Amino acid sequence: MSLPPTVASLKRHKLTALLLVLQVSLTCAIVCNVAFMIAHRTTQLRQPSGVAEDELVMIDSTDLDDNAQPLVRHDTDLAALRQIAGVKSVAAIDALPFNLNDWSNGIALAPNAPSRAVATAYNGTPGELATLGLHLIEGRDFLTNEYVPIDSAHDWAGIDRVPVTIITRALVEKLFPGQDPLGKSMYPDDKPVRIVGVVDHLLRPHVREGTDSEYATLFPMLPDSNDVTYVMRTSSQDRDRVLKQAADALNHLDDNRILQHSQTFTQLRTDYFHRSRTMIALLIAAAAGLLFVTALGIAGLASFWVQQRKRSIGIRRAVGATRGDILRYFQTENFLIVTTGVMLGSLLAYSLNLMLMQHYEQPRLPVLYLAIGAVALWLLGQLAVLGPALRAAAVPPVVATRSL
Amino acid sequence: MLGYYFVLALYSLKRSRIITALMILAIGLGIGASMTMITVLHVMSGDPLPGRSAQLYVPVIDPHPINKTNNKDLLPDGNMTWTDAMYLLHAARADRQAAMAAGASPVRPAQSTMRPFFDFGHYVTADFFPMFGAPFRVGSGWTVQDDEQRARVVVLNADLNRKLFGNTPSIGRTVRLKNTDFRVIGVLDDWRPQPTFYAQIDDRAFGHTDQFFLPLQTAQELQLDFNGQLTCWGSGGDARTSDHCAWLQFWVQFNSATKAHAYRDFLADYWRDQQTHGRFPRPEHAQLYGLMDWLANQHVIPADLDLQLWLALGFLGVCMVNIVGLLLAKFLRRSGEISVRRALGARRRDIFLQLGIESMVVGLAGGMLGLALAELGLWSVRQRPDGYAQLAQMDLVMLLGTFALAVVASLFAGLLPAWRACNVTPALQLKTQ
Repeated sequence: MSLPPTVASLKRHKLTALLLVLQVSLTCAIVCNVAFMIAHRTTQLRQPSGVAEDELVMIDSTDLDDNAQPLVRHDTDLAALRQIAGVKSVAAIDALPFNLNDWSNGIALAPNAPSRAVATAYNGTPGELATLGLHLIEGRDFLTNEYVPIDSAHDWAGIDRVPVTIITRALVEKLFPGQDPLGKSMYPDDKPVRIVGVVDHLLRPHVREGTDSEYATLFPMLPDSNDVTYVMRTSSQDRDRVLKQAADALNHLDDNRILQHSQTFTQLRTDYFHRSRTMIALLIAAAAGLLFVTALGIAGLASFWVQQRKRSIGIRRAVGATRGDILRYFQTENFLIVTTGVMLGSLLAYSLNLMLMQHYEQPRLPVLYLAIGAVALWLLGQLAVLGPALRAAAVPPVVATRSL
Repeated sequence: MLGYYFVLALYSLKRSRIITALMILAIGLGIGASMTMITVLHVMSGDPLPGRSAQLYVPVIDPHPINKTNNKDLLPDGNMTWTDAMYLLHAARADRQAAMAAGASPVRPAQSTMRPFFDFGHYVTADFFPMFGAPFRVGSGWTVQDDEQRARVVVLNADLNRKLFGNTPSIGRTVRLKNTDFRVIGVLDDWRPQPTFYAQIDDRAFGHTDQFFLPLQTAQELQLDFNGQLTCWGSGGDARTSDHCAWLQFWVQFNSATKAHAYRDFLADYWRDQQTHGRFPRPEHAQLYGLMDWLANQHVIPADLDLQLWLALGFLGVCMVNIVGLLLAKFLRRSGEISVRRALGARRRDIFLQLGIESMVVGLAGGMLGLALAELGLWSVRQRPDGYAQLAQMDLVMLLGTFALAVVASLFAGLLPAWRACNVTPALQLKTQ
């Protein structure tokens, strides 16, 4: 089938064809951007936190004792938690990925210099690295004599006394690109802190866009306020039992406290991303709805056109056109319309993406998604037109001799 | 005649049942999705203090240093340092003013049967209650003297009051918060403005209510637990009361716009004066935002919801183009029938009316379906664990809005096809037959 007659016939339905092109292009523009958003958000959802997610459980404890000595209290509690069957290791900590409890410091490389990056401080008792399951790729864990209290009663002054730190690879790449960070000093506050180790991944309590998400520093600082998070590592099937026993054990030791947020790390992650998951579901529904409506439009128009052209189809069949010719005619026509729509749609998709980049911090749309959108619409168009086209092909030549 | 056209429309729609059903479904989906999101945004952008919001303002003096690493933080968050908040409070240049911060505290009931628990509250200064018109069920707030003397007094909201004291009178009784006894001097009548506009605007702005209110200076003296963002720069101790840590919110009330104008000048003078002392290095001048402007400025509506609205409207747009196309094809296919009617004396107007009614029928049916789908959509929004979820109810305005949208949408969808079809040249059509 050569193109000119197809185009000529479309010219007779200018407005209808134009509307279909418009619909295809709008769908293409929206679906490309939506597909990209889905991919982008799914990546965020899957971001590894760096900790042993399937094996961690935690519980927050707030001591209500007026004369509490937090350091002693935490030691006693930890000893009791360690006794629970199935607990591999425990630590008292002040923050975890996704728990929103974020103490961030500007990190400078010289005293009083402007900060190069803002990084979360993770603090905890000895064994924090092992308990969280952080993966040390360079250097060593903290030594027992390196631990100091945070001194939360005096504006967390421990940060000026802590001698060493372990930082994430993302932060190394930001602060010391291409250099060996071990032994180098950084300034989270006024005093230098020496880097003794590097972990491959550790997300911050608030997930951000890009590499900022993993700007984290671990300090050998002991939590010393009345509220603290106890984190326990256990095998995944023991998690619920361990949580229950942990609450009992802590209350048994001293029940003048409030226990809250007793949960597994998996729950914490699920809760943190519930908005993202709702959004992904809505985006998928919107894309599916758009494609469905567009398929509907294509099929509907095609079937009207088939009815309208019954007589001309009959004439063509009578003068020698095969069923295949008729079928291909409608397929070619659809291909022409969808292609025009996709071309216009690509332009629209990029303008839409520009607006999204301005208002919603969306990254630039990769060409790949345009290709995906185009292929999806071509396939959809061909599928949608197949039914009406087959009906057209089935029109017998004798129709030509009948009047309408 | 209209009735006859209506019957004709039904007859014509019945001839292509599947297409008609699909058209109704498409318009229904589009309207349902759009109305769900429009309703959610409508209830979320409502005025938290109707009648009072026009008099309330947030003074914003950005105290942060210039060399912040992240440019996104350049949007002023309205947080103030203790020094600035206390200066503005004591200067008392507005009709009313209050400094405040969010907090959480262990509540320790006197009854031994109840376990201690955590609750959320706000640490505020005396003008807070009259300024925001917080409704008292019994008792009242405290005075400026109480603020200065660090009085151990507390105002409870209805829920916490019920939890602690049941139905017995609570005024004069004590509540133990963390390690201190506070005397109850007032109980609010379940005050829950949505959003909690006076706090730092974050994910918890909707669906959160404060259950207790204490004097700010008292809370600071007792080192109670503060919630929310605390940003410090430079160094030196006493973070909360220093001039290099921003964390307090400040609100002012004016009875007239002229006073607001005068306050702007006062803020500008303070800003310039402090600049000569080496503070406020940022180039942005001091500002004064009205309540509703402030909520918009702080993006109280999550960007995701905005995006969902645009998505829904985009979807509606595609559905509309789809229906216009289908109706056009449908009407033009009936050129023959139309030509016969025209030849027999029907005016263009008549044809237009007939076809217009046919598209209206599709539109109204779609609108009804859309309304049902919007209710379903809002129900699904209410199942979300977000704070705004419970607000997602359709009110009369939105109900009428849905109908209006359905009618307008179907009018637009039918207009072009009907106009094209009534312009068919009868002679030409009849000749080709």
